Amino acid sequence: MARYGLVIDVSRCVGCYACFLACRDEHADNDYPPVSLAQPAADQRWIDVRERERGSFPKVKVDYVPVPCLHCTDAPCIRAATGGAIYRRDDGIVLIDPVKAVGQRDLVAACPYRVIFWNEAKNVPQKCTLCAHLLDDGWKQPRCAEVCPTQAIVFGDTADPHSDIAKLRAAKRVEDLHPEFTTKPLVQYLGLPKRFVAGEVVFADHLDKPAEGVGIVLHREGERLTTRTDNYGDFEFDDLAEAANYCLLIEHPGYQAREVAIPARACLNLGMIVLEPVAGAVS
Amino acid sequence: MTEQTLTSCTNAGPITVYVKDGRIVRIRPLVADENDFRPWTIEADGTRYTPPKKFNVAPYVLTERNRVYSNDRIRYPLKRVNFDPNGARNPESRGKVGYERISWSEALDIVAGEIKRVQSTYGPSAVSAMTSSHHNWGLVGYKISAFQRFFNLIGYTQVLDNPDSWEGWHWGATHTYGFYWRLGMPEPYDMLEDALKHAEMVVFWSNDPDTTRGVYTGYDAAIWRQWLKDKGVKMVFIDPFHNYTAAAMGGKWIAPRPGTDAALALAIAHVWIVEDTYDKAYVADRTIGFDQFKDYVLGKSDGAAKSPTWAAEETGVSARTIVALAREWAAKRTMLGAGARGGEGGACRQAYATEWARLMVLLQAMQGLGKPGVGIWGTAMGAPRNNAIWFPAYGDPDGRMAHSRVAKFLPENPVKQRLYRLLVPDAILNPPVAWQGEGFCNRSLEQQFTPFTYPMPGCSEVKLWYRYGGSFIGTMTDTSKWPRMYQSPKLEFVVNQDCWWTGETGYADIILPVCTQLERDDIGEWGEPGGQSKGGSSGCNFRIIVRMKKCIEPLWESKSDYAIFTELARRLGVEQEYTEGNSAIDWARKFFEISDLAKLISWEEFDRKGYYIINVPEDYRSTPALRWFAEGRACDTPDPSNPKRLTDKGHELGTHSGKIEFVSASLQKLSPDDTERPPMPHYVASWEGHHAAAAATYPLQLITPHPRFSFHTHYDKHAAWLDEIPIHRIRRDGYAWWPVRIHPDDAAARSIRNGDIVKLFNDRAKVLCIAVVTERVRRGVVHSYISSSKYEPLEPGEPDSPDRGGCVAMLTPGRMIAKSVAGMAANSCLIEIEKWDG
Repeated sequence: MARYGLVIDVSRCVGCYACFLACRDEHADNDYPPVSLAQPAADQRWIDVRERERGSFPKVKVDYVPVPCLHCTDAPCIRAATGGAIYRRDDGIVLIDPVKAVGQRDLVAACPYRVIFWNEAKNVPQKCTLCAHLLDDGWKQPRCAEVCPTQAIVFGDTADPHSDIAKLRAAKRVEDLHPEFTTKPLVQYLGLPKRFVAGEVVFADHLDKPAEGVGIVLHREGERLTTRTDNYGDFEFDDLAEAANYCLLIEHPGYQAREVAIPARACLNLGMIVLEPVAGAVS
Repeated sequence: MTEQTLTSCTNAGPITVYVKDGRIVRIRPLVADENDFRPWTIEADGTRYTPPKKFNVAPYVLTERNRVYSNDRIRYPLKRVNFDPNGARNPESRGKVGYERISWSEALDIVAGEIKRVQSTYGPSAVSAMTSSHHNWGLVGYKISAFQRFFNLIGYTQVLDNPDSWEGWHWGATHTYGFYWRLGMPEPYDMLEDALKHAEMVVFWSNDPDTTRGVYTGYDAAIWRQWLKDKGVKMVFIDPFHNYTAAAMGGKWIAPRPGTDAALALAIAHVWIVEDTYDKAYVADRTIGFDQFKDYVLGKSDGAAKSPTWAAEETGVSARTIVALAREWAAKRTMLGAGARGGEGGACRQAYATEWARLMVLLQAMQGLGKPGVGIWGTAMGAPRNNAIWFPAYGDPDGRMAHSRVAKFLPENPVKQRLYRLLVPDAILNPPVAWQGEGFCNRSLEQQFTPFTYPMPGCSEVKLWYRYGGSFIGTMTDTSKWPRMYQSPKLEFVVNQDCWWTGETGYADIILPVCTQLERDDIGEWGEPGGQSKGGSSGCNFRIIVRMKKCIEPLWESKSDYAIFTELARRLGVEQEYTEGNSAIDWARKFFEISDLAKLISWEEFDRKGYYIINVPEDYRSTPALRWFAEGRACDTPDPSNPKRLTDKGHELGTHSGKIEFVSASLQKLSPDDTERPPMPHYVASWEGHHAAAAATYPLQLITPHPRFSFHTHYDKHAAWLDEIPIHRIRRDGYAWWPVRIHPDDAAARSIRNGDIVKLFNDRAKVLCIAVVTERVRRGVVHSYISSSKYEPLEPGEPDSPDRGGCVAMLTPGRMIAKSVAGMAANSCLIEIEKWDG
């Protein structure tokens, strides 16, 4: 039996919202009983493109994380629903039964990912169906995956080892959006934004000269990361542990060493770090 | 009734339209038979790059169903309630009062009657008519087809467009490397292959291809940039705004003050000269005037070395960053993705933008422009393309009903008088006006110097204004002039013909409802403008010609443009001359029949199938842009408009000298004493930049680049789904506001918080926007896109009233790039912002 899922590569997502608009085109005003009722004219985001800006001028990172229903194998919404209002098909797709779910407003809050929406006019919760009505009709993929210009959204049968999605899951470090929720989602991610620390090193006595090749160490107990500044004097550490306190150490011959404390969770552009020459040193 | 699937093509991608019971239920990127695709492959460094078998339309195309059924559709012919063609016209109340529904026959009788009256009273030149920018697609319905055939037939004062998306390239770069036949943009051929094989770095300078998407070519090129990223090609973004390509790609962001790009360019040249890291052999053999340029850069001619330290003062970019960029650029094979086609960034639309565009060409000349991996390439055109199969496009005379051999009779407009788009309101309100240059100057460099005056001796001022599609209040400069113009009694009669209500619609006396292109028949090739952008569809991974089907009946009482012009022609006694007895589908078939497509597929089969994919031949031989020039060979690219190609000067560029000109021979000859656009490009501070006196009152620099989710106003406002995309509009208190992006420090200094409604203002206008506080702009710069389709002054019809629709173009200066350069300089704009308390 197939186990349908998505792998969404955030590092390839350009924030074009084509997935969101294709979803709207498919579902706004269009009922597909028994799979889904039409989306209302506005306010439901069955695939919610979440923009995140981190860092500061001029070291800014912008990421887009498209979040559809994650079609959890251990779905809190199914447990919260009464009368079988939410169910999982054999192919893994989690669906809200639009008839049985009438009036079950609490289901909106049952989803920790916030991807169940309330339709006030129809008195029913709604969400992404992975375009189950199309798959049942022989389509190869849901609308969001079809229109993605960079193939950041890959759909397929995770149970078929020859499928693109299975190969992707085997080859790369696929992650859960919120591993702490432990819901075993069939929609998984690549390249989720990670904590980073960046900065620019400047020589106090040569402000007009790029400080290239300066050694930088980022350390905490049990971990020591090193890099060198690039041709602009810039450095960056990515993929850092969220909850860790780090210490940044900059050392360069002829200059006084600098230490900077990096508190836990901070995603930082440290800005310009000016290295003062050692007294008497000729540089 | 069963579901039908029909094909069409929009201005940003081909689509399959699902229709059920006469209603569109789904729009999908065109679904083609997999066997019809034969994708090309580029091999580079052991990897094979092949595009997926699909069409990546622009995102807004996916809202087409929403737009077709929009509440903003114009449903019926309308007449302004206090307009009486036989009595009081009340022109001053345009924009202030409402409309009443009238019948088609009444509306057409009034319009035809007014055309007759005005032309017999004042002569044909008293009628003027103006199209929007690309509000539809298809060879029959396109703006210079059905529209222009009609107006050429009756005679009118034509409005010349300014090259609004690439001004500096048109008025500047042409004098450095020719390509006037491409309006200043370089040939694009095979640059994707060249980049994948050879480029080590791409510098995106005022270029956001992820947002502007090769103009018409949707998202097909997005995968190319992923390939370059995967390959480890370094990317640098020079832009006061951390644009969406930068957001998608990562890389180095360098943010100069708006208006100082030319200083940054000169400093890069300074580093190369001082460090001796430029291509001296190329400069010696392929360019002229370098010594004079070198003296200027080194400060020998004016006493000011254009050093990184000097430029740091002007640009706000540190000298060490400039040095690092210059060194890396010289060390790596670098593509320059500057704001030409595929970029359309703001640097080419600012004071003295000619200088920046010329310097872009010269920087690449110093690194051997045309050598492997060294091109001017916006990363949005230049895929392998089958150029051997000809199909007409709107830029080709043969692709327009007005000029094509598909017609037996080609009416010639008898009126020589012209208006200029940027100056239309000035011409109506305060004639005479004068300008230099014929808008799109694609025939010669000299054409840029043709003088125009309005009114032209022997011609009438314009009394009848016929507006067709879209709104310029959201796109041109100092645009509160437009509502002022509309309220002038000098315009005795105003028509607006459009599918939707836009900013200008409510200023007409008679409004004619047009059906969308999904409600009529047509034919067109995706992404191909032809003419001056020949090969533009090389921004698509596959060439596709689409039979654009009438998917549903025209909604409400709308009619096709062709049907409306036919009805008017009948009333004016020229129906036969206009139609030659052809229906829209007859014209579509005639275009098909003169094309090479007719040799490949029968009309019946094409009509049945709905599309034809023109694949790249298996023995495709690439001819990278300008490689011929770099290697001193005759031009071998399929650039049909290059006038020297296939002549004994085939190895030359289109400049007077045939070489790249550090000192322009054409400017030396045609305007030697021009100090603003002198023969050699220079840096001079912007007339509305950080040095300007007005900066004391209006300290923020507003940049207004081309937008991400609207296209020359199209789709904005009419596709409500777009209002849910916060990059495009943000809802607050039940209204979808236009975002303005402001640095946290500038916001804090004005007590502005993210999500506040703010007033942007200067002496020209007041515009309300929603504040997005972001680190993505440098301090002192605010960013807001042009192209709002909503123009909603708080007091309707009052040009001085704050607009809450987001027409930030109202704030921008009407002053042109330079005295002799009739281009818009929207990105030289000083404003102040304050919190709006309503």
